Amino acid sequence: MVTNNGIVYLIALPLIGSLLLLLLGRKADKWGHLLATALSASSFAVGLFQLSEMLSRETENRPVTQKLFNWISVGSFNVDASLLLDQLSICFVLLITGVGTLIHIYSISYMSHDKDRRRFFAYLNLFIAAMLLLVLGDSYLNLYVGWEGVGLASYLLIGFWNQKQAYATASKKAFVMNRIGDMGLSFAIMIAFASLGTVSFSGVKEQAHYASEATMTAIGVALLIAAVGKSAQFPLQAWLGDAMAGPTPVSALIHAATMVTAGVYLIVRSNFVFEAAPTAQLLVLIVGAITLMFGAIVGTAKDDIKKVLAASTMSQIGYMILGAGLGPAGYAFAIMHLLTHGFFKAGMFLGAGSVMHGMNDEVNMRKYGALRKFMPITFITFGLGYLAIIGVPPFAGFYSKDMIIETAFNAGGLKGILLGSTALLGAAITAFYMTRVMILTFTSPKRWDEDQHPHESPILMWAPMAILAIGSVTSGFLLSRGNALKHWLEPLFEEHGEHQELLAPIVVSGLTLLMVAIGVASAVIKYQLSDVDEVAPESVSTFTRFARRDLLQDDINEALFMRPGQAITSALVKIDERVVDGAVRGIGKIAIGSGAQLRKVQTGYVRSYAALILVGAVALIAAIWVVTQ
Amino acid sequence: MSLDNYLYLSAILFTIGAVGVVVRRNAIVVFMCVELMLNAANLTLVTFSRINGTLDGQVVAFFTMVVAACEVVVGLAIIVTIYRSRRSASIDDANLLKR
Amino acid sequence: MNLLTFSMVLPLVGIAVLVFIPKSKVLLTKQIALITTLLVAAVGIYMTISFDLGDTAFQFVESREWIPAFGIKYALGVDGIALILILMSVLLTPVVVIAGWNESEDGRWSPKVFYSLILVLETMMIGVFASTDVFLFYVFFEAMLVPVYFLIGGFGSGERAAAAVKFLLYSLFGGLLMLASIIGIFVMATRYGNRTFDITTLSGLHTVLTPMMENILFLGFFIAFAIKAPLWPLHTWLPDAAKSATPGTSVLLLGVLDKVGTFGMIRYCLTLFPNASKSFTPLIITLAVISILYGAFLAIGAKDIKRLIAYTSISHFGFITMGIFAMTTQGFSGATLYMFNHGFSTAALFLVAGFMIVRRKSSTISDFGGLQRVTPIMAWSFFIAGMSSLALPGLSSFVSEFLVLVGTFTRYPVAAVIATFGIVLAALYILIPVQRALHGPTTPGNENLTDLNLREKIAIAPVIAIIVALGFYPSPLLKIINPAAATVISQQGFTDPAPTLNEGK
Repeated sequence: MVTNNGIVYLIALPLIGSLLLLLLGRKADKWGHLLATALSASSFAVGLFQLSEMLSRETENRPVTQKLFNWISVGSFNVDASLLLDQLSICFVLLITGVGTLIHIYSISYMSHDKDRRRFFAYLNLFIAAMLLLVLGDSYLNLYVGWEGVGLASYLLIGFWNQKQAYATASKKAFVMNRIGDMGLSFAIMIAFASLGTVSFSGVKEQAHYASEATMTAIGVALLIAAVGKSAQFPLQAWLGDAMAGPTPVSALIHAATMVTAGVYLIVRSNFVFEAAPTAQLLVLIVGAITLMFGAIVGTAKDDIKKVLAASTMSQIGYMILGAGLGPAGYAFAIMHLLTHGFFKAGMFLGAGSVMHGMNDEVNMRKYGALRKFMPITFITFGLGYLAIIGVPPFAGFYSKDMIIETAFNAGGLKGILLGSTALLGAAITAFYMTRVMILTFTSPKRWDEDQHPHESPILMWAPMAILAIGSVTSGFLLSRGNALKHWLEPLFEEHGEHQELLAPIVVSGLTLLMVAIGVASAVIKYQLSDVDEVAPESVSTFTRFARRDLLQDDINEALFMRPGQAITSALVKIDERVVDGAVRGIGKIAIGSGAQLRKVQTGYVRSYAALILVGAVALIAAIWVVTQ
Repeated sequence: MSLDNYLYLSAILFTIGAVGVVVRRNAIVVFMCVELMLNAANLTLVTFSRINGTLDGQVVAFFTMVVAACEVVVGLAIIVTIYRSRRSASIDDANLLKR
Repeated sequence: MNLLTFSMVLPLVGIAVLVFIPKSKVLLTKQIALITTLLVAAVGIYMTISFDLGDTAFQFVESREWIPAFGIKYALGVDGIALILILMSVLLTPVVVIAGWNESEDGRWSPKVFYSLILVLETMMIGVFASTDVFLFYVFFEAMLVPVYFLIGGFGSGERAAAAVKFLLYSLFGGLLMLASIIGIFVMATRYGNRTFDITTLSGLHTVLTPMMENILFLGFFIAFAIKAPLWPLHTWLPDAAKSATPGTSVLLLGVLDKVGTFGMIRYCLTLFPNASKSFTPLIITLAVISILYGAFLAIGAKDIKRLIAYTSISHFGFITMGIFAMTTQGFSGATLYMFNHGFSTAALFLVAGFMIVRRKSSTISDFGGLQRVTPIMAWSFFIAGMSSLALPGLSSFVSEFLVLVGTFTRYPVAAVIATFGIVLAALYILIPVQRALHGPTTPGNENLTDLNLREKIAIAPVIAIIVALGFYPSPLLKIINPAAATVISQQGFTDPAPTLNEGK
């Protein structure tokens, strides 16, 4: 494979930025945000340069590697710190640095009143570096470093305002639930090393043909656990809603566009594992389908604009996971949806941030309304993202989501019909809840108090939103024109070549549009044409109540894990004190007690001592006599 | 006369001494009983020396006498001191070590 | 002079100088102690550099007759494993002296005594790792208790006397069993014509022992080391001792002294009794896994910050023990590297905890709160130390913990899988105190706490630097450890399990 010594700069630039800003401290307050933005942008420039290099090479020479140094080498366990830039990772590199830079720019203005802005930018740069390491590592262990690195950055950023106890708790929850996923990654690496003798992508790919299906299924399931944790998929989805405690640019970058899609990256990157493990692949499909419905349902019931977007992210990633589970036919579409989603969801999150910026950080949509007049640019950019996510042609989401639904139908048999209809139903619900957001925020009558003064955000904030909106409009068309992305990624996957069509593409598109129309119409009837309560109505169906409580995810986690865990902890604390240490102290007490008893023999009377000595001596002589007989 | 009789005598003397140490309270009497036991031991040593026809036992007997003399010096001094301070030579009164 | 002996004599020279310093000149006392420990650290670094990586035999060897009647020798020498532990000890000691600059002043005795105890402890720490004579090792093993006993009992806080006695009794009990085993070894060695305590010669002894005899002798050593390490259920002395000792003493106690336990398992249990080690391995792996989870759960439940760190160490020692007895090169090298890394990450945690306690005059976690806003540098130091303790990739502990897990998995997959749950618990036991102490609103009364001063920064900076550097580039240490680890594994008659994929081929 071709060696290229420039890859490391992608990671090094933001990493240096983050270290500088953290180590210099207050000295960098004045220019820290500019440095961080510049470094992120230069990383993007390096990415573009790498892309142009890559385009100039033959298909088989496109992937490039760079060995940095020998990282861990013990016996046959030999892992280099080395990077791999191929057709898949370059997509991510550009997404991460591109959207990342836009969000840096946005944050300059958004965070301008926060006295810790420098620290915020340090974390952002740290995140960019870790995320790039995640997608550039050439082995599962290198990926692991980035994998936990983004977890750390996410923890720091969710808890950026950790002086509020609730936010600190949210960040802790995110880290711990991510760690459960990380455990899955550990398992995968351990199994891969124990049974295949290697942990690099290329090595595992090579060995995958020889390994038993059971082994590959084990690795696949372990990888799925990892993906589920990082991408907030069922059943480890509970942290994402709480993660909205972080500043809004963070939600846009980490919890919408990049980090949460790492699970999709992992599954697509490990395509050779899942190809060899149909059971694991089926599990991927099930997880994807459940989550896309789960997120969509939760999204319909939330009044907090960021939580709706978070639920929507969960649901959209469900689509991606579903696509990734469909095998070679779906990988390219999963990645395409990931890229288009990066644009429109980041744009919408920034839009939500812009709304909050103009509304004194109010997040309850029931207190919005009629903001179209006051924030025209935000309305337009958000609106374009909205059209993209619900999948109206020719906006980006139409191309990517439609393809996933179509591929799901074509998966064959009952499976195909079930998955396809789930995805189709999800599309309708998506249209419903996103229309609801649009109406409640922008077009319904105003419901805010007189002391609110909504205003449009400054150019530093709306410019990135505008760029992302352009992406939401065009990216789908550009990526799917002549199947550009599919052909670009094709060399990485092994095509089976079996194509069956259950439904013609045009039928699927038609059905999807019909479902979307139903969703939009019902939202318009419910919210635009009738009055909206300022307070969420109490008398609602049980189902709505469940949906508002995130389908009881926290209650279930609490009942199944937290309470028993706390019970075990307090029981063990007591056991340690009373039983284990008690046994030790018991021995001490026995020694002291027997000493106290023996002490009573010491009367202080010389004559009794003498008598004892005499008795002892006689007994001893007698004993000797007996023994020597 | 068999030399065994000397051994019986010394055993009797030793027993008398031991019983005296255990039952008597007066420190002086106890002290004398200790001397009695020592001399009983001496008698045994000398007797065995005679039986075996070596001088070892007699040599040890001399040692014992020296030790006994030292003991008398130190012991009597202690008894006299205790009597002076406590106005009593009863060893049951002198149980200071108990506490 | 032999470098090892030289490094052991240096602290004693420091004490000799201290004797002539009047009690009132406290600053001079500290300076002399610091200079001495720095010199020893320099010698340690020099030894590491001049260590021959290609040679698997003991290096820097010295051997003199000590008690010829019993074949006891003053014999020193190090392999890669002993070397990095000595390096860790001599690097940690000056850090402890700097960080605990004022620790000695409210003790029962003068600072002069404190630093003399630290210095004599340093001599013994080097000696215990460098001994190649079983009896000499035993002498150091037991003698180390004395300075630590006085450091806890004389300079600690709270119920220091009780904690010191508990520590001493536990350790003496283990030492007694070990002494019995040593006498047993001597008797058996004499019976078979080799009147010696030399470890290399004795490593052949197991060929003549009956299995029963070997098991009994093994247990004598193992229980002593399991108390020292400490392994569940022989651990209860550690939280008490760590809570009562000064932070500096705790660093040496957990960072160095406890390593004597795991080091002893490698050097004595495995080398002298390979067959017994094999038959006890299932039991030991089980105890290690229990320790990992048990320590983690208790750390989650701990309310006192020093006890919390002590419990995390119990969990970490579970990992080390598991790695040793997994008998794979990955597990073994990982465990050895873990010992080194644990020394530094625990040191960082304890030192920062010490800084916090000095300021707040309390070690209860709930007394802190919102420190991130008040004392950012201190909070960051604690956070990084905590991240190292939970084995975040990119920090040193990750490499070792992962090697242990991978190495164990190839031979005992179930144990490794259960142990991996420890990493989730680790996230909890670190993030819970981080949230309570550093995050949230600033607890009333804490608004005026001062951030780290220059001396404290100097103490903590090198530790954190080592933690980060070794996370990204552990190769230098692994190169020292690997040959020694491979030697021990092959002596035990083990080879790494081949990838199961290739088994059929």
